[in-house]
Amino acid sequence: MTKHPKSTKLSRRTALIAAGAATVSLLTGCGAADMTKQASPFANAQGAKSVTLSVQSWVGAQSNVAVAQYILEHKLGYRVDTVQVDEVPAWDALSQGRVDAILEDWGHPDQEKRYVEDKKTIARAGDLGVTGHIGWFVPTYLAKQHPDITDWKNLNKYASLFRTAESGGKGQLMDGSPSYVTNDKALVQNLKLNYQVVFAGSEAAQITQMKQFAKQQKPFLTYWYSPQWLFKKVPMTEVKLPPYKDGCDADAAKVACAYPHTPLQKYLNAGFAKSGGKAAAFLKKFKWTTEDQNDVSLMIADEKLSPQDAAKKWVDSHPDVWKRWLT
Amino acid sequence: MATLTVPTSTRARAPRVLKSRAAGKLLLLALVAAVLAPWAATQWPGAAWPHDLTVSLDKPLASASNWVIDNRDSHPLFLYFFGYISNAVVLSVRAVYLTLLAAGWTGVTVFGALVAWRVAGARLAAGTAIAFLACGALGMWVPTMQTLALMVVAVLASVVVGALLGLAAGLSDRLDRALRPVLDTMQVLPAFAYLLPVVLVFGIGVPAAVLATVVYAAPPMARLTALGLRGADPEVLEAVESLGSTRRQRLLTARIPLARGELLLGLNQTIMMALSMATIASIIGAAGLGDRVYQALASVDVGAALAAGIPIVLLAVVLDRVTGAAGDGTTRPKTIGWAYALAVTVAVALAARLLGRLDWPSGWNLNIAEPVDRAVDWMTSHLYSGVPVVGGTADWAGHFTTWVLDPVRGGLQWLPWWSVLLIVAALAWSIGTWRTALTAVLAMAAIGVLGVWGPALDTLSQVLAAVAVTLVLGFATGIAAARSDRVERALRPVLDVFQTMPQFVYLIPVVALFGVGRAPAVAAAVVYALPAVVRITAQGLRQVDPAALEAARSLGATGRQQLWQVQLPLARRSLLLAVNQGVVLVLAVVIIGGLVGGGALGYSTVFGLAQGDLATGLVAGAAIVCLGLMLDRVTQPTERRTKKGA
Repeated sequence: MTKHPKSTKLSRRTALIAAGAATVSLLTGCGAADMTKQASPFANAQGAKSVTLSVQSWVGAQSNVAVAQYILEHKLGYRVDTVQVDEVPAWDALSQGRVDAILEDWGHPDQEKRYVEDKKTIARAGDLGVTGHIGWFVPTYLAKQHPDITDWKNLNKYASLFRTAESGGKGQLMDGSPSYVTNDKALVQNLKLNYQVVFAGSEAAQITQMKQFAKQQKPFLTYWYSPQWLFKKVPMTEVKLPPYKDGCDADAAKVACAYPHTPLQKYLNAGFAKSGGKAAAFLKKFKWTTEDQNDVSLMIADEKLSPQDAAKKWVDSHPDVWKRWLT
Repeated sequence: MATLTVPTSTRARAPRVLKSRAAGKLLLLALVAAVLAPWAATQWPGAAWPHDLTVSLDKPLASASNWVIDNRDSHPLFLYFFGYISNAVVLSVRAVYLTLLAAGWTGVTVFGALVAWRVAGARLAAGTAIAFLACGALGMWVPTMQTLALMVVAVLASVVVGALLGLAAGLSDRLDRALRPVLDTMQVLPAFAYLLPVVLVFGIGVPAAVLATVVYAAPPMARLTALGLRGADPEVLEAVESLGSTRRQRLLTARIPLARGELLLGLNQTIMMALSMATIASIIGAAGLGDRVYQALASVDVGAALAAGIPIVLLAVVLDRVTGAAGDGTTRPKTIGWAYALAVTVAVALAARLLGRLDWPSGWNLNIAEPVDRAVDWMTSHLYSGVPVVGGTADWAGHFTTWVLDPVRGGLQWLPWWSVLLIVAALAWSIGTWRTALTAVLAMAAIGVLGVWGPALDTLSQVLAAVAVTLVLGFATGIAAARSDRVERALRPVLDVFQTMPQFVYLIPVVALFGVGRAPAVAAAVVYALPAVVRITAQGLRQVDPAALEAARSLGATGRQQLWQVQLPLARRSLLLAVNQGVVLVLAVVIIGGLVGGGALGYSTVFGLAQGDLATGLVAGAAIVCLGLMLDRVTQPTERRTKKGA
């Protein structure tokens, strides 16, 4: 199966017969089967032109995909499939053409070197327009009570506030999903903090726990990142870590500095970037602000709109922004 | 290491002088321990597994993963073998999916109902139709069809592979002996352990998901096929033979038809396992319903997760009942033939097509997400803390962690490593043979060699705590269900839902109730393992010989005495099986525990999947498998095989 059948007007029966014939020819074996050129079996169903977007597990990434999907479907006439994949496997899937685009990447230098520079199977598609930042946060109600808690030097003084059943007598620093970039274990060790990193294991678990703490106005210290919709629900204040300098996080075991501010990037499958037509051109132009993304994220996560309804609402109220993407 | 186990294996026979075989075995072990323990303790002091005895697999695994990525698009192994498999999977899933879409929601519903009517009667036909319509009403029609397409292909492949293996094992004794331990082992493997290796070769996507599903779902078919072929009535076979039939005729006309019940049970088991795996495989890009559940987690939306979870439960219940009804050999009602069923389906699909109503009408949607979310919010905010007198669930979870999980973990990690091996050997040998004991010890030792001794004991402590809670609740519920038909009827749908609901759905509620950590991990495991324990317990108690109960009653035993002194002792085998199943199932969701803060091996496996880090993920997965093997062997009584001609 090539990715973009030349005739999109195949009737379903001919498609079936073709599929059957192709299966037979496969089993009898002729020519090489290229595993790197495989689309999802659910793509291009019913003769539509289709694009497969990868969704990462956090809501900001869902918002990018929701709006891109809405415009692809309603303004450009594509059918969009979405696949939820973690970041590193998404790179792999992207290089093989199983997905066509990653719309929000937080910086994976190894992957960039391997696929963009060496293999050339993935193409850069420019900035998303949003700047991401990771850090340690305490709830604002706690920062008001203890104003000096927002400096890492004073964290040991308050360790007992953050004690839980899991942290074994130390303070608990809550981390989230294993797929996120984190140096927290090294930071705790190198800054000699009396804290235990407890991995919630998934963002869903982490957010649920933060909401429960916030409901009871309990103290907590957590790894978190912006832009994120939860700040609107649970206001949080960042704890200052030693300032970030270029290269201070190069050696994972020796990190003793804050996290950088990352301009988030988009990436396309190289083949799709060349021959993806209007869809590829649009995705390259797709660029919006942190506020835009947060608007959509809040509608999805807080008002519980479906991603598509949230995207529709945003698209209807920001015509000047998305019209720029389609010129 | 090997020196530890050699004495136990060479001295298979316990000394005759001892009355009880188990005591003899333990005495022998004690002797071995007395000799070896001081030596091991001086050689490698400390409680943890000695570092000299570990083998680091980081480098080879990392280089293997790099080799695959570099050669995926050029090496003949991929071009001419894996590539074909992968393409065949994509094409067949696609063909099924397009057919389902072409049939439209009307066609699929009608066809499903007709098939159910044909094999299982009118009530199930109505149930099937309602289930399909509910999938549509929840706004999940397209994902349901994607999951169904994946399932059809995976189940067909599993059945073909399983039936072929089963045929081979059923006809040849040597193959049977070779296959049995492999299939037995595959039964206890947690589903998640399969994901990483397939992802490495096939990448993220549908082919990997289908293959993982096939590997997971084929063994029950193979086992039951072999069982059916071996269990055929010898008198019938003799009669057929005396009529001068050839071997092939015997197989086709007598043995296979006689094994029909087992074959259909195998199909049923395969379908159920494939469905649970198809959901889990959403982690590696299987799309469909499991993916929707997984996506709903991102916005912490229990309602949306449930909306995608309910169709999975409905599919599972319908498929289970229909294949079960086909297998129980009742005479089928006179209904229309297959040809007619197909004709009606085509007619309905065409009618829908002409009316332009192929897609599920967008107006016919039930929105359950909001009310569910409100209910869950209300429940968690009221139960989490500040319940008068008993305290809230958060306090319980904290106490459970501090008073139960911590001491058990501390105790296990305090035990010297060689004594853990000895305990495992003692437990496995006292209820099994020296072979099972050796397997258990070797599995436990392998964990140490892999260098994950500490995390494995952490996971083990969680598993033990979860099993204990599961057994207490499960036995109590099972006894209640066995003593009252009404309770059993009321429980059945609840158990069905617990057993088939994708575990991702209750991640958020358990965290909301118990906070992040090991307590919610235990809770999730208990929910998952409970139904099987309840079912097996209830069934075992019901099957107790009525004559024995009658005798007890005539002697004037009270209800309680009957239960404690007649039913439970007589149902001992079932209770042991319940323990074994409980252990296996609890271990199967260790990884889910990793997603709510359980840490240890579960987290490492999730980490490996999320970061594409084979070294961490595969080692943790292998350790979970070894734990599973070990726990299976120490909870499963095995009889010594009678030696032929001895």
